[in-house]
Amino acid sequence: MGRALAVIIWILTLLSVSLFFIDKWWFPTAISSHAAALDRQFLITIIVVGIAFTAAQVGLGYMVWKYREDAARSRALYTHGSSKLEVIWTVVTAIIFIGLALMGQSVWASLRLNDAPPGSYQVEVVAQQFQWNFHYPGTDRVFGRTDPNLIDDSSLNFIGLDDADPYAKDDVVHSVLAIPAGRPVELMLRSKDVIHNIWVPQLRFKQDLVPGMVIRVHFTANTPGKYELACAELCGQLHFKMKSYLLVLPDDELGALTALPQDQFQTRMTELLAKYQLPTQNY
Amino acid sequence: MATTVTGAKPLTKKGKSLGGRPGFPGGNGDGSGKRNGNEGHFSQFESSADRYRIGMWIALAAILMMFTALTSAYIVRAASSTDWRPIAMPQILLLSTALIITSSGTIEVARRKLKAALEDSYNRWLFLTAALGVAFVVSQLLAWRKLVRQGVYVASNPHSSFFYLLTATHGVHLLGGLIALIYLLLRTRLTERHDQALAKQHAVTDAVTLYWHFMDGLWIYLFLLLFFWR
Amino acid sequence: MSGETHEAVHRHPAPTGFVWKYIFSLDHKVIGIQYITLALAAVLVGMTMSVLMRMNLSWPGTNWPILGTLFPGGAPGGMMTPEFYLSLVTMHGTIMVFFVLTTAPQGGFGNYFLPIQIGAEDMAFPVLNMLSFWVTFVGFIVILSAIFFSGADSTVGPIGGWTGYAPLSALGQIAGPGQGMGMNLWIISIAIFCVGSLLGALNFITTLLNMRTRGMSLMRMPLTCWAWFTTAVLALLSFPVLLGGGILLLLDRLAGTSFFIPGGLYVSGILSGTNPNFPAHTGGSPILWQHLFWFFGHPEVYIAILPGMGATSHILATFARKPVFGYRAMVFAIFAIGLLGFFVWGHHMFISGMSPYSAMTFSILTLSIGVPSAVKTFNWLGTLWGGRIRFTTAMLFAIGFVSLFVAGGITGLVLGQTSLDLPMHDTYFVTAHFHLVMGVASIFGMFAATYFWFPKMFGRLMNESLGKFHFWITFIGVYCIFVPMHTMGIVGMPRRFAQFTEYEYLKTLHPLVVLVTVAAITTVLVQIVFYFNLFWSIFKGKRAGENPWDATTLEWTTASPPPHDNFAGHLPVVYRGPYEFAVPGAANDFVMQTEPEVTQQPVGSGRERTSGNGHDGHRR
Repeated sequence: MGRALAVIIWILTLLSVSLFFIDKWWFPTAISSHAAALDRQFLITIIVVGIAFTAAQVGLGYMVWKYREDAARSRALYTHGSSKLEVIWTVVTAIIFIGLALMGQSVWASLRLNDAPPGSYQVEVVAQQFQWNFHYPGTDRVFGRTDPNLIDDSSLNFIGLDDADPYAKDDVVHSVLAIPAGRPVELMLRSKDVIHNIWVPQLRFKQDLVPGMVIRVHFTANTPGKYELACAELCGQLHFKMKSYLLVLPDDELGALTALPQDQFQTRMTELLAKYQLPTQNY
Repeated sequence: MATTVTGAKPLTKKGKSLGGRPGFPGGNGDGSGKRNGNEGHFSQFESSADRYRIGMWIALAAILMMFTALTSAYIVRAASSTDWRPIAMPQILLLSTALIITSSGTIEVARRKLKAALEDSYNRWLFLTAALGVAFVVSQLLAWRKLVRQGVYVASNPHSSFFYLLTATHGVHLLGGLIALIYLLLRTRLTERHDQALAKQHAVTDAVTLYWHFMDGLWIYLFLLLFFWR
Repeated sequence: MSGETHEAVHRHPAPTGFVWKYIFSLDHKVIGIQYITLALAAVLVGMTMSVLMRMNLSWPGTNWPILGTLFPGGAPGGMMTPEFYLSLVTMHGTIMVFFVLTTAPQGGFGNYFLPIQIGAEDMAFPVLNMLSFWVTFVGFIVILSAIFFSGADSTVGPIGGWTGYAPLSALGQIAGPGQGMGMNLWIISIAIFCVGSLLGALNFITTLLNMRTRGMSLMRMPLTCWAWFTTAVLALLSFPVLLGGGILLLLDRLAGTSFFIPGGLYVSGILSGTNPNFPAHTGGSPILWQHLFWFFGHPEVYIAILPGMGATSHILATFARKPVFGYRAMVFAIFAIGLLGFFVWGHHMFISGMSPYSAMTFSILTLSIGVPSAVKTFNWLGTLWGGRIRFTTAMLFAIGFVSLFVAGGITGLVLGQTSLDLPMHDTYFVTAHFHLVMGVASIFGMFAATYFWFPKMFGRLMNESLGKFHFWITFIGVYCIFVPMHTMGIVGMPRRFAQFTEYEYLKTLHPLVVLVTVAAITTVLVQIVFYFNLFWSIFKGKRAGENPWDATTLEWTTASPPPHDNFAGHLPVVYRGPYEFAVPGAANDFVMQTEPEVTQQPVGSGRERTSGNGHDGHRR
C-alpha cells in the first residue's frame, strides 16, 4: 500500500509539473513593455514553486515508501523533533518567500507608483453592464465634459457627453479601444453601474473599474495588432459576453483615425478591425 | 537506559514519575508534570461557575469587533465623500447618557450587595437597574422620534444612516442585557440555595454586570463618535 | 486503563424521549453529529451544482430535459441560462464555504471531540451549543430558499459569487436578474450563519479555557484542540465584521442608504434618483464592502483549513506510530497562521483600486504566511520519517491532505505577488488555488477525520476496502480536476464566465475543460461509495472496541460511542503529552495520556527492545 501510494504521488507530481511545459497552454505572446519583466518574474516564481512542489511530493512519497510498517523494525523512531531543524527550515523558507515577494514588487512599482509619463496617449474608459465605451478626446486632446444626468443609452449618449461643451465637439465614443504602438497609454477608468475589470491577456494587465472612482493606469503596448478584451470582474447576467477588442495601431494609422469625426471614425474602425487579425496561435 | 511504562497496576514504585519532564516520555508538554491544567477543579463549583465570566469576556470581544468594523466603515465613509452632513444632536441623548451611566452605578451596587449576601437589597438595586435600562431605551426612541419629525430618516444622509444603525445595534445589544437582568431577578425567586446554585448566581451576576458596564462604555463611545468626532 | 480519575458533576441528566435526545439535544456529541449531517446534506447540494456548472461549461447549449423540469425559469427547455449558471456559482460557493467547510470541521468534529479530548463532560454552555446548531440550520434553509426567489421574471438565485461585491449586490432588482429577493435571502442567510458561528466560537473558547481536566495543561492538548481553538478565535473576531458588513449591505438594498453605492449611477437605463425603483444614492464606497468582506474572508480560509491540519497531525502521528515531530513548532505555526491571517486580506484587492502602497505591504505579509505553512509541511514529513506507517484509509486521506495542501498552497506564492496578480487575478489559476487548498485539502482532512473517528462515534468500523477505493479515485480525481485549471488560468481564462465560447483565445483550452468535467463527474460519483460506506457501517460495520487504532488521546479511553457524560462519571486525569508512541522500553508502542506510572528499568535494555510480555502494541 505504501509503495502504491508513493508511486501514485510521484506520477501525479510528474503529470502536474509536465502540464506546465506544454507551450500551447502558456501565456499568449506578450505585447506590452512591462510584460518581459513580469513574465520573467512569473517564470522564476513558477520554477521555485515547481521545485518546492516536486521536492515536497517526492519527499512525501519517499516517506510512505520507506517507512511503511514492516517486521524488521518493531518500533518507530522515538523523537519529538529537532529545534535546530525547525530554525533552519523556518529561516530558509522565510528568505525564499519574502525574497519572492520583494522581487515581485518591481514591475508593480514601475506601473503603479508613478503617474503616466507626460504626453501619454489618453483614453477614457467608461464601462457599463455588458458594454465597453471608449472616449477619445479628438484632435484637441481635451476630453469634453461629461455628466451622469446627460447619459441616455437610448439615444446612444452612453457616457453623458455634453454637446454644449466646445471641447466635446471633436470627441468620439466607440466600443473598441484603439491605442498607439510604442507610446505610453494612460487610461482613465470609470464605471456607470457596477464593478467591471479590463483584461487583455496579451497586455498582462488588469484593473477594476469602480463606480464612483476614476482610476488612472498606464502602460505601453508595442506590437500592432488586434486582441480580445474581456471583463474579468463578475458584473451580472451577461458578464461572459462583455467583450471588446484592443487595437494596437502604428502611430500614423492611429493619428489618422482619431482625427476623424464620429461617423467616419466608425467606418474606419470597422475597416481596421477587418484588416488586423486575431493572433491565431499563442505562439 | 530505557524506561518501561506500566498500566494501571504499577509493577514497581521505585522509579520516579517522569510525567512531564522535558526530554522524557511525556515531556511533550510544558514540564508541568504534577501541575494541574486547571487548579480550579479542587474548588469545583467556583471553577465551573467561572465559565460565565470567561464566556462574557469572549462575547464582549466579538461585540467589540463588530463595532470596530462599523466604526471603520464610519470613518472611511466620512472621509471618502463630500455628502457627509452631520445631523444636530437631539438634546434628549444627554438624558440617555445620564440614565445609562447611573444604571452602571446601580448594577455595581447590586453586585456588591450580592457579595455581601444582602439578597433583598440586591433584588432592589437590580430592579432599579432594569428600570433605568428601560428608561434609556425609551429615551433613545424619543430621540429617534424627534429626528423623524425633523424629517431626518435613515437614508437622508450617511451620518443619519450611521446614527440610526449604531443606536439600533447598541439598542439590540442592550435589550439582551435587559433580558439578562430579568433572568437574574427571576432567579432570586429560586428556592435552591445549595453551593453550586449560589456560585452560579454570583458568576452570572458578575457576567451581567460586566456586560452592562460594557454597554454603558459602548454608548459613551458611540455618543462621542457620532457627535464629537471630526 | 486510566489510573486516577475524579468525580464529574454532570450538569444535565441524560435525556429521554426522541425529541430531547436527538433533535434539541444538549449533548455536544449529538450536536456534533447534527452539524456533520448538515454538512453532508449541504455538500450534496454544492457538488450537484458544481457538476451542473461543469456540464454547462463543457457542452454549452446542450439540452438537459431534467434541468428544465426542475428549474423552468433557470433552464427553460433544459438549456441553462447564463444567469442560472451564475446563481449556481454563487450558491455553490456560499454553501460550500459556509455550510460545509465551516460546519463540518469545526461545528461537527470540533463539537464532538474537543470536549472529549480535553477530558470534559460537555461543552461549557450546552444550551448555547444547541442554539448555535439550530441557528445555523435556519441559515441553511434560508440559503436554499434563495435559489427559488429572485423575482417575478425568472427563478434564478442570487448572482454575486460568494463574495457578493457591491454595488452589484447592493443595487437591487434594477441591476438585473439575480439581484432581487434571492440576494436579500443570501445576505440574511449569511447574517444568520454569522450569529450561529459566533455562539459556537464563544462556546469552544470557554470550554477549552475552563474545562480541561486535571493534568491537561495547554501543551498536553492534542494538536486538534489547538486547531479548533485557533479556529474559534478566528471565527470570533472575523464573523462580527462580516455581520456588520452584511447589515450595511442589507440597509443599502432595503432602506435606500448609501454605504456602498456611489452617486450618479446609471443602471439599466435609469439614472439614480429619477425613478422610484432606483432611489438617489450619493458617495458610497464599493471598496469598503471589499475591505469588510475580505477582513472576514481571509480568516475564513483558515477557519476551513486549520481543523483539517489538526486532524492530519493527529492521524499522521497515530498511524506512523510516532510522536508528532516538533509539537511546539506546530502549535506556534497554527498561531502564526491565525494571527497573520488577519493582516493579509488586501491581497484579494490588489487591483481593486486600493492604494498601490498598501498592496505592496499586503503582498509581503501574504508571502510571510507561507512560512508557518511550510513549517507545518516539514513537520508532517518529519512525523512520517522513521515511522512504522499503517496505511488505514484515515492515514491515506491524511497523507493525501499533505500532498494537496502543498499542491494548493504553494501557488499562493504566485498569487500573493503584486505584479503577478495582474495577469492572474480572477482567472482559473485563482479558482484552482483556493479550491485545492481551502476546499479539497480541508475535505481530505475531514475524510481522514471521518474514517478515523467513526468507530468512536458509532462503535463500528467503516469498511476499509470501500474506503481505500474511495481514496484512490478521489485523490487522483481532484488532481485531474484542479491542476489543469492552473494552466487555464495561465492562458487567461476568467472565472465566473457562463460560457467560454465568446473568446477565440480560450478555444485552445477546450480539451482541458472537458477533461476537468469528466474528472469532476467521476469524482463526484465516487462519493456515493463514501455515503454508502458511512450509512452501511453505522448499522453493519465491524464492531470496534474502545481503542481500535491503538491511539493515545482521551477519546480512546472511553466507550465507543461514549456515554452521555463522556467518561461515565469519572473524568480522566492526564499525565503526559498526547502523542507518546514508540516510547523506548514501554510495554506497548503507545502510551495513553492517562497512564499514570512510568518506571525506569535497570540499565542494559536495548533501545529497540520489545517488551517482555510478547506484544508490541497490536491489540487487534
